Amino acid sequence: MRLRRHTGFGWWLGGLVILLGSIVWVGRGQAASEPTAAPAPTEAVEVSTADHTKFEILKQPFQTAPEVTKACLSCHTEAAKQVMATTHWTWVYQDPDSAETWGKRYVINNFCVAVVSNWPRCTSCHVGYGWKDDSFDFTNELAVDCLVCHDTTGQYKKFPAGAGHPVYEPKEFPPGSGNIWEPPDLSYIAQHVGPTSRRTCGACHFYGGGGDGVKHGDMDSTLAEPPKDVDVHMSPDGANMTCGDCHKPQVHAIPGSRYRMVAKDTHGKDLPKSDGFPTSCESCHGLTPHDMPKINDHVDRVACQTCHIPTFARGNKPTKLWWDWSVAGDKARGIEKDEHGWEVYNFMKGEFRWGKDVVPVYRWFNGRMEVMTLGEPIDPEQPVYINQPQGSPDDPNSRIYPFKEFRGKQGYDPVNRILLVPHLFPFNPEDTTAFWKGFDWGPAFEVGMKTAGLPYSGQYDWIETTMYWPITHMVAPAEQALSCQACHTRQGRLATLADTVYIPAQSSHPWVDRIGWTLTGLTVLGVLVHAGLRLVSRRKS
Amino acid sequence: MKHVRRVYLYSRFERFWHWTQALLILGLGVTGFEVHGTYTLLGFQRAYMWHVRLGWALVALIIFAAFWHFTTGQWKQYIPTFERVGVMLRYYTQGMFRNEPHPYKKSEISKLNPLQRLTYLGFKILIAPIFVTTGLLMVYADRWAEWGIPWSLRSVATVHIIAAFLMLMFFIVHIYMTTTGRTIFANIKAMLVGYEEIPWDTAEEGGQAGV
Repeated sequence: MRLRRHTGFGWWLGGLVILLGSIVWVGRGQAASEPTAAPAPTEAVEVSTADHTKFEILKQPFQTAPEVTKACLSCHTEAAKQVMATTHWTWVYQDPDSAETWGKRYVINNFCVAVVSNWPRCTSCHVGYGWKDDSFDFTNELAVDCLVCHDTTGQYKKFPAGAGHPVYEPKEFPPGSGNIWEPPDLSYIAQHVGPTSRRTCGACHFYGGGGDGVKHGDMDSTLAEPPKDVDVHMSPDGANMTCGDCHKPQVHAIPGSRYRMVAKDTHGKDLPKSDGFPTSCESCHGLTPHDMPKINDHVDRVACQTCHIPTFARGNKPTKLWWDWSVAGDKARGIEKDEHGWEVYNFMKGEFRWGKDVVPVYRWFNGRMEVMTLGEPIDPEQPVYINQPQGSPDDPNSRIYPFKEFRGKQGYDPVNRILLVPHLFPFNPEDTTAFWKGFDWGPAFEVGMKTAGLPYSGQYDWIETTMYWPITHMVAPAEQALSCQACHTRQGRLATLADTVYIPAQSSHPWVDRIGWTLTGLTVLGVLVHAGLRLVSRRKS
Repeated sequence: MKHVRRVYLYSRFERFWHWTQALLILGLGVTGFEVHGTYTLLGFQRAYMWHVRLGWALVALIIFAAFWHFTTGQWKQYIPTFERVGVMLRYYTQGMFRNEPHPYKKSEISKLNPLQRLTYLGFKILIAPIFVTTGLLMVYADRWAEWGIPWSLRSVATVHIIAAFLMLMFFIVHIYMTTTGRTIFANIKAMLVGYEEIPWDTAEEGGQAGV
């Protein structure tokens, strides 16, 4: 066999072409391309068979809002009963998995702390009228507020301190602000009722915690008409979806509770067959929404929200991250604002910290939230968590999920070791026990606890508490989702979870790298010494 | 009398295999240590995607190479021997500095010295299979539960990384050893063109070094 030197090169080249071809072929399946978008919701068309401007009963000059409800119920005979069966009405949530009773009536938080003893202020977001004290009649159908959800005019507003009523004569709020609330034209509003919208849901849910964007972090008034990069689903430039498109009401009950969430939907697309819970991402996007198989491999352990909501509070408003009640009451400080114009001190409420474009904290979450209720004992020596997402890497129903961590300082009873209910909002103009009237915590806690039917030792102190708010709105367009490297890097986003799950580039074995690099270094050193000795011996000879 | 004999040591396939494997391993190392988080070069996603592609290419190459080894009988080159290992070690640690002749003589029949035999065999039956097995497993990490594989990603990844460090050390020593031939580049040249120029002294035995 005759061999020529350069024939080898042609052979090598041919082989290389074949091999590179196979690389490309294998790589094809891995190539990233446009992600599959969920099917667009159908255009909202007028499907109603009724024109409410033609109903005689709605043409009357309504004096109060409950009169409107009466008119509504004359046709929609079952509507009030349906609403009254929901948490929007009861503010009570019976946990199906335990004997515990939650809901706004029984839980405590580190914003305005508790509903009890502060009704008229808090219940301005109750889907009813007149819940101003403990005597509210939860069986009165005429107290159901139809308009707060079904107003389409944008003119209907519940007065912030009106126990759920709008104003019937001009009133100022906040007191001394010069901001006058005019009575709405109830007749006009009643004749223009329609489906719920981002605005109607947002009337309460954007303002949780006492102000725009304060509580949730992933919801503020920006979501009424959000730009696409703030919320790809709800943006008029995006899918223009309403809250109800996902939180699809089932006989006036709205799915999507934050006490019991669906952190992992294993059913997938709800068409053709629904699992009865249309509120998850998977309900529209399915269980394998990505083109790249390796990214689909993540969905069993990483919630959609983790990558697709890179930061929260991306709208026009900051969200509150810290609320220290202990320094409230200093009228001399009054109201202080920072360079953004964000309120950092308010003598009525204390000190605040705010954030925009906030990176969430991440936790293993199986959808179950453990919630503290009024009077539940605390251990002041330990960090106090008012609620805690449940889940672990060993639980197949858990996924890594983003949360807003909200911290603050609030009052507690060091003797009875329970968090205190402050009586903030006065029962009447003469009630100086309320903190916002008398600015004295002693009577405020005493009346708050007494009204709640809880023991109070007479001593109070301040304690730091933490809450977790699941982040699930403000989904960014796909191209703004987190890159792989957000987590797959040393000190990535999931650094705190790196001990619970192996994240390539983030996690590493504590000593394998150290020994590996040491031996590699010694190898290089050995080679250099050997080469040096060779050089020296060659010179000698 | 001294003259130089041109010996055809490395066939076309063997050279193609060697250099392709070298490039693939280099690429796998560069992308692999990025996937491990040692540095950022391509970005994690691209590094990962290329690491997997190059890995598949290496698997393909290994299949071809295994076929070649068995059909040509070249696998016999790797039959280990401990004979004269001590002599080899002594040469590299002492003799070489006294300009003693290389104790092993390459030929078409036996291309690898005893140290090479042991090292390359270890590479072929230990490091490469561990790499390929753990690597392929990790590509399908999501299916382990389904397949009844009880290992954790953490432990499999750690084994893969230990193999990577062994490979890195081999890579350094291997390249250095190529310079210990008759001239600095004599061994690399031989692996490129197939022929090695081996000094031949009709009067006495001995002559050249191996890689």
